[in-house]
Parts: sequence; C-alpha cells; structure tokens
Amino acid sequence: MANTIKMRARLSGGVTTVKLLISHPMETGQRKNKKTGKKIPAHYIQEVVCTHNGKTVLTANWGPAISKNPYLSFKFKGGAKGDTVGLRWVDNKGQSDSKEIKIA
Amino acid sequence: MNIDIKRRTLLKGSVAAGVIGMAAGAGLVTPRMVLAAWPKSAFSATSVDAALKALFGSSDLTGSDKIKLKAPDIAENGAVVPVTVSVEGIDGVESISILAEKNANPLTSNYELADGTLPYIATRIKMGKTSSVIAVAKAGGRLYSTGKEVKVTIGGCGG
Repeated sequence: MANTIKMRARLSGGVTTVKLLISHPMETGQRKNKKTGKKIPAHYIQEVVCTHNGKTVLTANWGPAISKNPYLSFKFKGGAKGDTVGLRWVDNKGQSDSKEIKIA
Repeated sequence: MNIDIKRRTLLKGSVAAGVIGMAAGAGLVTPRMVLAAWPKSAFSATSVDAALKALFGSSDLTGSDKIKLKAPDIAENGAVVPVTVSVEGIDGVESISILAEKNANPLTSNYELADGTLPYIATRIKMGKTSSVIAVAKAGGRLYSTGKEVKVTIGGCGG
C-alpha cells in the first residue's frame, strides 16, 4: 500500500505535536456483506510506530475497534525544526506503509 | 472458530512474518518495528478485567482525576467516537490504554510512550453500544484510570 499516510508535525513551546491520518478500511471481521451474507474478513492495523530522528517515541497497538481511516495525535518533547519524524504501520495481513516528514 | 479458520490465520501469520523478516533482513525496518509485541490475548479478551490482566498482569485500577478523558456525551455514530486522553500530575506515564467497556473486545488500543513523549493521545474509536469509555495510564507499576459514559445511538461494530 502506498500513500496511505497524511502526517503533520509542528513545534510549539518545545513540544512537537504530531497529527496523522491513515487511509485504511479497519474491518472488524464482524461485518457482513449484505448481498452475499458472508462475513467480511478482518483487516485492521495492528501496530503503528512513530520515530523522532530514528528513535521510537510512540508505539501504538491497535485492535479492530479503531475507526476506519484512523486518526491519531500525540506530543513529544525534544524535537527541533527540521528534525525527521517517521511513521510506519503494519496490519493483520502483513501490509504496511511508512512515511517520513520534517518538523515544521 | 473452527480448526480450518485457525489454520488459515496461522498460514497468513507465518507468511506475514516471513515478509517482515525479509524486510528486517534488508535493513528496511528495525527489529522493534516487527509485530512481535502485539498483545493478541489482550485484544481478544472479552472483559475489561481480562484485557487488563493480559496487558499488565493486573486489573487493579486506581481511580484518578489526573487523567482527563474527553469524549462526547452522545455519539450519533458509534463507528467514529473521538476520544482524547491526557494525563497531568502523574510522573513517568509509560503507557495509555483506551477501552470501551461493552465492546465485544473492550480493548481498543494501547500506546507505549517513550521518555519525552507526553501522556497525550487523541484518536477515534468504534463503539458497539452505549457504555463507559475507560482510559488507563500506567505509571510506576500502578494503573490509574478514569471513565466516561458515552451514549451511542447507532452502533459501530457489526452490521
């Protein structure tokens, strides 16, 4: 999967606020296809790892109860303008995507 | 769940592990980024207590007003319930977990914070029906929590 991540990192008062959106169906595995009556297989992001200059700042473990096209925001100290913030997600089918941006 | 489905899951799991393993071998991802740590038993637990036990080894919660949980009083659409958790006044918060009490699997997500990462998480969760949303913060080996009732008019799990 490519280009699934939209992310922003902004520095204010020594704190970097990261906001991100990921395009992902986040299927729970409980929904049924109304036409066929078959269950739609579970397909959801399990792990999201965020890094600052290569160092992990946040590891998020997600279950299927995170909304479709997930939104996440978090904050960390110690960032500077131009530093690299990285994000990588992996889902239960082993698909993944990653992105790197600079702190603005 | 019958045996055949389990077998499928296992096969898928091993293929996925293989792909990630190759990526790790090629230096594309660090070992920490590989899925090994995903707490499957906590996510498949069917009660808040069981989920907490699987995650932390204890379900002993201390209520705390230092955890601020922002969630709507009424969620018109259970598929998208915005939740913000922030902790002020507890030092050394290592992790934040968000649970929806009456979901089939209450644990929605768990966040491991590094040093320097502020105890603040905002996300959107699904809720099957009206229930409490519980935020749990782990600090110094203890679990602090706060909860808020969210009324759901249309469930977000299942059809």
